[in-house]
This record gives sequence, structure tokens and C-alpha cells, in this order.
Amino acid sequence: MNTMTPAILAASTNLGPKFMLIAPEAVLFVGAVLCAVMGLSHARAFRAMVPWIAVVALIATFVTMLKVWTPEAATAAQLPMPMLGKYIIALLCVVGVGHVLASIGSVDRAVERQVASGTGAFDPVRVIQGEFYAFLLLSLCGGMLLCHATDLVWLFLAFELCSLPTYVLVAIGRGADRSMEAAIKYFFLGAMSTATLLLGFAFLYGATGTLELSAMRESFQMQAQTGGIGSVAIVGMLLAVIGICFKLAAVPMHFYAPDVYEGASSPVAAFISFVPKVQGFVTLIVLLGTVGWSANGDSSIPPVIAAVLWMIAVLTMTLGNIGALLQRSAKRMLAYSSIANSGYMLVGILAGPTVGIDATLLYLLTYGVANLATFGSLAAIERNGHEVDSIDDLAGLRVRAPMVAAALAIGALSLTGIPPLLGFWGKLDLFVASAESHQRTLLVIMALNSGVAAFYYLRLVAMPFVQEPTPRTQGVSPVPSVWPRLSALIFAAGCIALPFFANQLKGEAAAAARTDLDKQATVAQSVEK
Amino acid sequence: MTLAVLLIVLPLIGAVLCLGVSERAAKTVGLIASLVVLAAATLLAFEFPAWTTGTFWPNEEGWKLFTAFGVEFRLGTDAVGMLLIILTAVLIPCSMLVSFSAITQRQRGFYAQFLFMESAVMLAFLARDVILFYIGYEFTLVPLFLIVAIWGGQDRRPAAIKLWVYSFVGSVISLVGFIYLAAGHATDTGTPINFSVQTLVEYGQTLPASTQWWVFLAIMGGFAVKVPFVPVHSWLPLAHGEAPTAGSVVLAGVVIKIGQYGALRFAFPMAPEGALALAPFFAALALIGILGMSLVCWVQNDVKRLVAYSSIAHMGLALLAMFAFNVVGMEGGILYMVNHGLSTAGMFMCIGIMYERYHTKDMEVVGGLMQRMPVWSVFMVFFAMASLALPGLNGFVSEFLCLMGIYTADAGMKTGFPGILGPTYAFLAALALILGALYVLRMLQKFVFGPLREPSHGHGGHDSHSAHGHGNHAAHAIQDVNFREILAMAPLAIACIVIGVWPKPILNVIEPCAASAVAPYVKLIERDLANPPRATADESATKTTAAPAADKGAIQ
Repeated sequence: MNTMTPAILAASTNLGPKFMLIAPEAVLFVGAVLCAVMGLSHARAFRAMVPWIAVVALIATFVTMLKVWTPEAATAAQLPMPMLGKYIIALLCVVGVGHVLASIGSVDRAVERQVASGTGAFDPVRVIQGEFYAFLLLSLCGGMLLCHATDLVWLFLAFELCSLPTYVLVAIGRGADRSMEAAIKYFFLGAMSTATLLLGFAFLYGATGTLELSAMRESFQMQAQTGGIGSVAIVGMLLAVIGICFKLAAVPMHFYAPDVYEGASSPVAAFISFVPKVQGFVTLIVLLGTVGWSANGDSSIPPVIAAVLWMIAVLTMTLGNIGALLQRSAKRMLAYSSIANSGYMLVGILAGPTVGIDATLLYLLTYGVANLATFGSLAAIERNGHEVDSIDDLAGLRVRAPMVAAALAIGALSLTGIPPLLGFWGKLDLFVASAESHQRTLLVIMALNSGVAAFYYLRLVAMPFVQEPTPRTQGVSPVPSVWPRLSALIFAAGCIALPFFANQLKGEAAAAARTDLDKQATVAQSVEK
Repeated sequence: MTLAVLLIVLPLIGAVLCLGVSERAAKTVGLIASLVVLAAATLLAFEFPAWTTGTFWPNEEGWKLFTAFGVEFRLGTDAVGMLLIILTAVLIPCSMLVSFSAITQRQRGFYAQFLFMESAVMLAFLARDVILFYIGYEFTLVPLFLIVAIWGGQDRRPAAIKLWVYSFVGSVISLVGFIYLAAGHATDTGTPINFSVQTLVEYGQTLPASTQWWVFLAIMGGFAVKVPFVPVHSWLPLAHGEAPTAGSVVLAGVVIKIGQYGALRFAFPMAPEGALALAPFFAALALIGILGMSLVCWVQNDVKRLVAYSSIAHMGLALLAMFAFNVVGMEGGILYMVNHGLSTAGMFMCIGIMYERYHTKDMEVVGGLMQRMPVWSVFMVFFAMASLALPGLNGFVSEFLCLMGIYTADAGMKTGFPGILGPTYAFLAALALILGALYVLRMLQKFVFGPLREPSHGHGGHDSHSAHGHGNHAAHAIQDVNFREILAMAPLAIACIVIGVWPKPILNVIEPCAASAVAPYVKLIERDLANPPRATADESATKTTAAPAADKGAIQ
């Protein structure tokens, strides 16, 4: 894989600046294709290499991104937010490697179980499912491509490229009827949300007559100066926001999350609790940039949209936290927790571009790392060969799998926001953002919500460490493969170690949140003159 | 600066070592680590130049780790913080010593938790940045929760959960107050966000009274959970009741002190107008706490809960004295922190030693222990007397100062101790002294003196009245305190006596800090005296900016 990188680089230099910038995604796409092809091989050794091809592809993507994504190149490509892609690609690559490691072995075990129980015929080709990793990489690829969007068509295509593979992942991850049910649910609701998003885009096109984001922004600015943005555009934007809410698992499109997460295998649940969130927030940030938000932060988004987002944020975090309180299943609880976390991140969106967007981006990172440590720990243990789901199965986990228990506890504490773990810094930044943008009510609601959250995350700390093992947990043991454990441990260590680089992370997030839309507009105007 | 950093890092290293060594070696490693920290704290105390100046030292910025968040890694403390650091450094090894035989399960984790806690507490006392303080303050919760939940008594689980939820919500509310202040400062001055204590104190005092009201309510409201004040106190007796001995010692001696320390260090200086406006409210809560909890103590048969309730009453008095806003009251309140830490920790140790032998804390079941454990009884009576404020022991000095501060703090009385509250509050608070005498003496009478009563199961002595003769088996089983336990209690006892008979040095040390804490209030109270109706927001803003000169005169 690494040998291919220079070839692609050489090829891309002659193309336009935009093509130059998608070199990382191209690398990742090649990796995805390789995964799919290798997965079909008859040689077991080749099939066993598939996850490692995925890891190498992600690393190669990261390296390529570092090479090509310079400020000059990004400006030349006229991206609305030039450095956003760098941050998001880096984030998806690093956390993506963790997701790949966490899912190693899970699909094979699902197949083995099916064969053993007689519900599925033995098929040597399916022992390692290459397409699982291929789809995983494709989804990541879609998430990365979102950052290159300069028009609605690109935005939508990338959005769909990110979404579609996740439906497949849910279906093949576990090999049980429940995962089929979850996949069907996820797919149909996802299709509906995409339709809503697309309808919103159509309205936006109708209101402005253009698909270009920068032209759309100019049109909206013109409208704002002459009697305000029209209602068609507002409705379009709201429809788009509702469509995105599905990806964020935010109210009113949050209902599916607990069922789907529970039905999906743990590594897949970890994946769909993180990557669609990145996808949703990037889309939201890019879209909202067109109706408001200049680089100076002096023009805000229209009040109707802000009010709707405010309500969504408050309802999402509150319902998510209350829902999580009531769960006995660890995965359902984490599903509700992921709903609540979307609510927190929306606070950053509401706080606006100067203080809020970077907070949201930073929180995506802190959430991604801690979430993977938590979900990854669940993926790293099994009970009598089946996935661990009930919180009761975690009792006395420190005896059965001390390292996994530690990773789980650290991840949960980080999600709680216990300082000095990584999650605290993300939360602190969101708190500060809401205070600086005078969203005092939101600040208080968010603080109270994190108090509620502290209660249910505590179970993930108390169960493994405080409770003694029960007869029920007799069969709980780490999964045969060492990699899920290692992934959870690495990301738990990240929760402890990354705060030491908090300055750099915050700096990258702030750079990513910078928008060039206005600069481009002024450049265009001066060229016209 | 190196020593200050060492105080935080050494316990962390010790904790990791503890987790790494064998189960049997853990106690030794833990004790050695805590003694090393004590040595570092002693060195810092000798090096500390600001004992009588009321300033902060070393007050230097270390690693620039979190500057992007406006958080400076600035460490420094004044004399009050230094006293509390020494108290912590002494209490941790003592509490470890007393648990050597009590803790037999999962020893590595146990001693490591104490060291984790010590590190966090040191950070809280050394921080010159509110977020840095918050990191220490909030992190104490994790080891404390685990200590109660893993090594606690029968009902440890609900107790630990209650402790966790109350403290977490409380500290998040304080955090909201801090963030509100810092964000206000950033938007008003156009500078990047900054959480330095110095900046926030200066900024907070310039805010209009109505804003300060909210700021104080948020910050103090959070700390009130930790102190604890009455409506939010119910986690403490539970936690104390269920915690292992060492956990109770550290909780009473150190952790709840962070709440009061936070009030003194952050809530009072950052929003003086708010504090003045809300003082009657908090004073009333404190009084309800003092009287109500003393009454609860009177009917309490669980010794450990009795001491826990009494410590709510005591902390109420300490906070009430601080709310008098004169130098005497402030001094009393600060000294109370140290004294309460010593005497209550001592009482919890005594009770723990007893519990280890009898496995009950019920005064109805066990009593008259003077006959069984005379040396233990001496310590028990001694610490009880110290907390009762017997003249000659440490409690008396602080309680006397507190009451004097409250009594003389009447703005209209021209006593030379300007402040608020006044004789009515002092009278009501002094009732607690009488109640305190009642419940402590009742406890001692049942528990230490009187006929010997021992639990019938396990240790013999069915007939409590003739237990002398028949309790041969019990006499063999129940030993008086051993050398190790005396070694754990002796430092506290010595400190109680020293502060009791010769309080001058410690008062000299506290006074400048008390004076600087009261300084913003003196001029506000004088202003209110000059024009009785509360000044409007604009006036207060101009006054505070123009006042530093007048303020110095007022202190002298």
C-alpha cells in the first residue's frame, strides 16, 4: 500500500487542486477495493490479512493527507473550510484504525457460531469477511469526502457514501436475526432521513437557484440584506437539519438508536455511534455556514433555525440521559449516551463559529476516543461465546479480564467528564463556548445533564471494579483475538495521555473551524471589479 | 516550584507502585510513599517564605499544557493552603497505619486509592487556576467513591452512589460559576479566555451586584454540597457511616475541607457583593445545620454517624463565622478547618479501632469500654473533648474565635470588628455548644464509661453487668490499642494540644490571610453603612475601582 502512495501523488499533481486534495480518499478507496478482493481469496492467509490491509490503508491515507493537505492547496481548492478536512481525515484515520482492530475476529466468530448451531452452512469463503472491512473503509472514505464539498451534489454523494456501508455493517456484523432486524430498521429509517435531507436540498436550490455553497451563501446574504431570508430557504434548511438529525441520533430522529445498537455487534455499534456523528456534524457545519456565520462571527444563523437547533439540543441531551438511566443493557445505555453526547455537541454548533465550532470538533475527538475505549471493551469480552450485553455481565470483570475492565472504566470516566481525562477537556470547551456566546440557560441545562450522566456512567466503573463476580458472570472471558482488547486499551490510554497534548489538539480544532467563505467572496468581488 | 510539583507527582508514582507490587507489600509501599510525601511537604513548609505575609508562593507557572483552554499550570499557596497541605500529608500516613489490620481484601487498590486521593487534594490546595483546582477537587471523587464502595460497610453501595451523585452535581455547579466568570471576563475585555484565580477575582469584584449574586450562588452552591450545608448534607452521614475507617478519616479531615477552602479562596473573593447579599440565606442554613444536626446527634446511637452529623454542625459553625466577614470570624473559621480535621479524624480513628474489635458501632450494644481498653478510652475522650472545645485543647481556640467573630460582627455596633450577622446569630450558634456538650457527654457516658457492655455473639459476656468476671474469652480476644495504632493517633493528639495551649504562632500565620479575605468586604460594609439602601450597580462598579487605598486603611 505504501508503495502506491507516491504513484497516486505523482498522478494527482497534474490534475486540478481539488483532485490533488482527494488523494487521501483515493488511497483509502484503493485500500477498500483491496480488502474486498483479498476477502474473496481461497487462501486463508490472504483472507487473514484483510484487517491489516485496512489498517495499512488508513495509515497510508493519514500520511498522504499530511503530504497533500497544505493551507495553500486547500485554499486553491476553494473549500469553504480549508483545514476542516485535515482534522476530520486525521480523526477518522486514527479512530478508524481503532475500529478496525476492535472488529478483528468478530465477524468470523459470528459465522463460527452460526455453523456450530446449525443455523448456517459452513462456507470457507465466509470465514473472514473481506467486505466487512471494505465497507468500513468506504464509510470512512465518505466521511472524509464530505469535507471537500463545495456544492450540494458533492455533499449529498459523500453523505450517502458514508451512510450506505453502515447499513451493511449492521447486517453482517453479528450474523443473528437481531442484526438483520436492526439493519432493516436502520436502512429504512436512514433512507427516510436521506429523503428528508434531499428534499431540504431541493428547497435550498429552489430558494437560491444554485447548488454551489459559496454562491448560495452570497444569495442568502443578499436576501438577508433585502428583507430577510425567504421562508422556502428556511424550510429547506430545517428539513436538511432534520435529515441530519438521524445521523446524529438527535431528537426527533433518535428512536432507532437503542434498537439498532443493540442489534448490531459491539464493534459495529462502536462504529455507528461515532462515524455517522462526524458525518452529521460536518454536514451541519458546512450547511449552516451558507445561511450565516462569517469568519468574524458577526452574522448569525437565522433565528428560526437557531431556535429549532436549541430545542433539538436540549431535548436530545435530556432525553438521551434520562433514557440511559433506565437501561439494563450496556449497549442500549451507551446508545442513549451517544444520543446525549450529540446534544452536547449541538451546543457548540449553537455557540457559533468563533467559539463553538472548534469546541464541537474537539468534542468529536474526545467522544470518539472515549467511546471506542468503552465500546471496544464490550467488544473485547464475551460470555459463553456470545456478546456481552447486560450490565450485570460486567460484575467483577476485573477478576476475569483486568485490562478490559480498566479500559472500560477509564472510557466511562472520560465520557463522564472526570478531569483530567480527555473527556473533561471536550466538555470544558463546550461549556466555555456556550458561556461565551451567552447561552446561559443552555450552559446550566448541559451542566445538570452531565450530572445525570455521571450517575449511569458510574455503573460501568462500579460493576467491573466494585461488584464481586457473580455466578452469572462465570462464562465471561476476553475474546480469543487480542486485538479488540488492545484497541480498547490503546484508546483508554489515549484518554489519559491525550490531555497532555490538549493545546495542540485544540489548535488543530480551531484551525479546522476557520472558514474561508467570506474571504472567497471578497476575492471574487475584487476580481470582478 | 519543584517541591510543589513533587507534592502532586510523588503520590501518583506511589499509587502506581502500589498497584504494581504484591498484595502483602502494598501497605509498606503505600506507607513509605505517603511518608515521602510528608517529607516533601515538610521541606516545602520550611522553604515557604510567605507564612506571615498572606501572599502566594511559589505562584509560578509550570508546564504550558492547557494554555489553549485558558488554563495555566500555576501552582502556589498561602499560609492557609500550606496548613491544609501539612494536615493532608500527616493524615494520609496516619490513616494508612490505622488500616493495616482492618483491610485484608484488595490491599493494593486500597493504598493506591489513598495516594491517588492525596495527589488530587494537593493539586486542589496548590492550584492558582480555577480549572486546575477543579481537576483536583473533582478527581478526589473517584478514589473516594471506590474506597467507600469497595471497602465500606453493609450499605456501602447506596452510600457510595449518593456520595458520587451529590458531589458531582455540586462541583459541576461550581464549575458553571467559574466558567460564567471567565467567559464574562473574556468577552468584556476581548482577551482570550483565562481561568487564573487572580484575574477572575479582580474581574468578579467589578461586576454589578445582581450578577455577583448569581456567581456567588453558583460557586458557593457547589461548595455547599461538599461542606456540607443542610439541605444537601444527607450524603455525608451515609458515606461516613459506611466508609472504612481510613476513608472516614480522610473524608472528614481533608476532602470536605476542600469545600470550605473553595469558599474561602474562590466564592468569597470572586463575588463579594453576592456574598453579602446571600449571607443571611447561607447563615440561616448554617444555623439550621448547627442546631438541627446537634439535635440529631443527641438521639444517634451509631457512633460513627453521630460523629458525622456532629461534623456537619461543626462545619456549619466554621462557615457561619466566615460569613461574619470580619477578621476574627474569618480567622476562627480557617483555624476551625484545621482543628476539625485533627479532632474528627482522631475520633474516627478511635471508632474504627473499636469497630475492628467489636464489629459494631451501636452504642446500645457496646459500651463501658474504659474497663476493656483504657488507653483507647483516653484517646477517645481526648479527641471528643477537643471537638467539644474544652479550653486548653485546639477546638476551644477556634470555636471561641468563631463565636467572637459572629457576635462582634454587627455593622452598627462600632465594635471595631465590622461585619454582618451579630449577637443573635452568636447566641443561636452558642446553643450548639451546649447541645454539643450534651451529645458528646452522652456518647462518652454510654460508650466509654458506665458498665461494660459487649456484643453477645462472638466475644462472650452474655450478662453485661457481670462481664468482668465471665468475660475471660473476651478479655483474651479484645486487646487494647497496640503500638501501631497509638503511632497513628499520637501525631493528631499532639497537634491538638499544641494548638490548644499555644495558638499564637498558627494564629499569626492565619491572620494575614484572613485579613486579605475580609478586605473587599470591609469597604462594602462601610459603604452600606454610609448609605443604607443597597447601592445600585453603577455605583458599586465605580466604588470598587476607586477603593484600594481606602481599603488598606480599613484593614489597619
